[in-house]
Amino acid sequence: MLKNRSIVSIDDVSQSELEDIFKKADEMSEHLKQGKPLKILDGKIMATFFYEPSTRTRLSFESSMNRLGGSVISVSEAKSSSVAKGETLADTVRMAEGYSDIIVIRHPMEGAAKLAARFSSKPIINAGDGSGQHPTQTIMDLYTIRKELGGINGKTITMVGDLRYGRTVHSLLLALTNYDVKVNLISPEILKIPDHIISRLPKDFNVNVSADFDNALEETDVLYVTRIQKERFTDQNEYLSVIGSYSITPETVEKMKEKSIIMHPLPRIDEISPDVDTSPNAAYFRQASNGVPVRMALISMILG
Amino acid sequence: MEQTLKISKIKDGTVIDHIAAGKALKVLSILKIDEKSNNYSVSIGIRVPSSKMSYKDVIKIENRNLEKFEVDKISLIAPDASISIVKDYEVTQKYTVELPARIVGIVKCHNANCITNVKEPVSSEFTLVSKKPLVIRCNFCERNMSEREILGSL
Ligand SMILES: Nc1ncnc2c1ncn2[C@@H]1O[C@H](COP(=O)(O)OP(=O)(O)OP(=O)(O)O)[C@@H](O)[C@H]1O
Ligand SMILES: [Mg+2]
Ligand SMILES: [Zn+2]
Repeated sequence: MLKNRSIVSIDDVSQSELEDIFKKADEMSEHLKQGKPLKILDGKIMATFFYEPSTRTRLSFESSMNRLGGSVISVSEAKSSSVAKGETLADTVRMAEGYSDIIVIRHPMEGAAKLAARFSSKPIINAGDGSGQHPTQTIMDLYTIRKELGGINGKTITMVGDLRYGRTVHSLLLALTNYDVKVNLISPEILKIPDHIISRLPKDFNVNVSADFDNALEETDVLYVTRIQKERFTDQNEYLSVIGSYSITPETVEKMKEKSIIMHPLPRIDEISPDVDTSPNAAYFRQASNGVPVRMALISMILG
Repeated sequence: MEQTLKISKIKDGTVIDHIAAGKALKVLSILKIDEKSNNYSVSIGIRVPSSKMSYKDVIKIENRNLEKFEVDKISLIAPDASISIVKDYEVTQKYTVELPARIVGIVKCHNANCITNVKEPVSSEFTLVSKKPLVIRCNFCERNMSEREILGSL
């Protein structure tokens, strides 16, 4: 039962609870398609604290809450208001729980949402903590794979790009250890997956940490592409060469299986050429639109 | 008398025995023996031959009891150490240190970007992942810490 529970890490959600969320998200998708207004969370209030800029995640949470008939209060610049006054996160949360029924937090430091959950009697949802977890993104990624390919077990997932700083790949990779899958990891040396993530994978997990891109493409069911940030490179030429060898073009899609999909947490910069967008394999916009039904499902199960 | 007891007997105090060879100085440093002006004398044996572990370190401290958090710290440095309480030259109590399943407030998280490393009203908190090799995981940022990192943060 997810009722009244905080979701800080993907580990907070059991396999059977995940299945329940997926089913509920299917229902929510149906409601959205039919345009039926829901009153499930009438009178409930969500407070959002984004200590770090976000467009998608924030809009998606706020839209989800509104779609469920609830309302949202938020601090537009959480960073400048409370942190500047030197208030601890623990105090901010204890203030906010008096104003709301559920609290959504994004914070630049790892463990922030966990700390918030310790001090709050109201459920906390982690909307990203530093380079740590982003569980709702992970649930929506898993939901997308399931919806697009009919299931997750037996699939080969290839993650490409910035595997070092991208928290979405860390969360997703850890979540995939609960499934019978093969994972290929492909990145430039300086953006390699950190050891602290690799050390948490089970010994028998089928992961190839130094996969060859072309070989991997042939067997890939899900190509999970992440944003490569210019700021990570001191040398702009190096950035350009990395982008050159890791960007996804129609030629890349040619090498992939017919039924395979390409995912991306968005926003993408140069990693996926716009020519790919019209391909049926391009699932990233469908993936993004899954954010609302998945979050609606989760919120309604926590507050319902 | 056992051959390892080369140091003179203490009347009252604590003996930390079966410390992994070479780790005695680290144990002493967390006990902050040198810091306070104190009235207890300390004898240290480093790499003394031992029947149980071939070589071991041993520390004997006169007039000093160990706090629970100190014993927990010792368990991270020397997981096989045994502690004996000596009263009037006799051992009155003896136990082996034990790595706690939850390690609270004694190790600083190695991840500089962990929320426990800023001004928040929480103690650091870890879960024991593995005894050999020693690995603990931060309950907040979820990062693992290796033995080397732990010894550096005690
Ligand atoms: N009065 C004392 N002064 C200093 N050290 C002592 C004194 N009495 C005992 N010890 C030390 O305390 C430890 C525990 O004493 P005990 O007699 O139980 O040791 P032991 O027979 O060597 O057992 P073990 O090695 O299995 O722990 C030993 O290291 C012993 O040398
Ligand atoms: Mg002995
Ligand atoms: Zn930590």
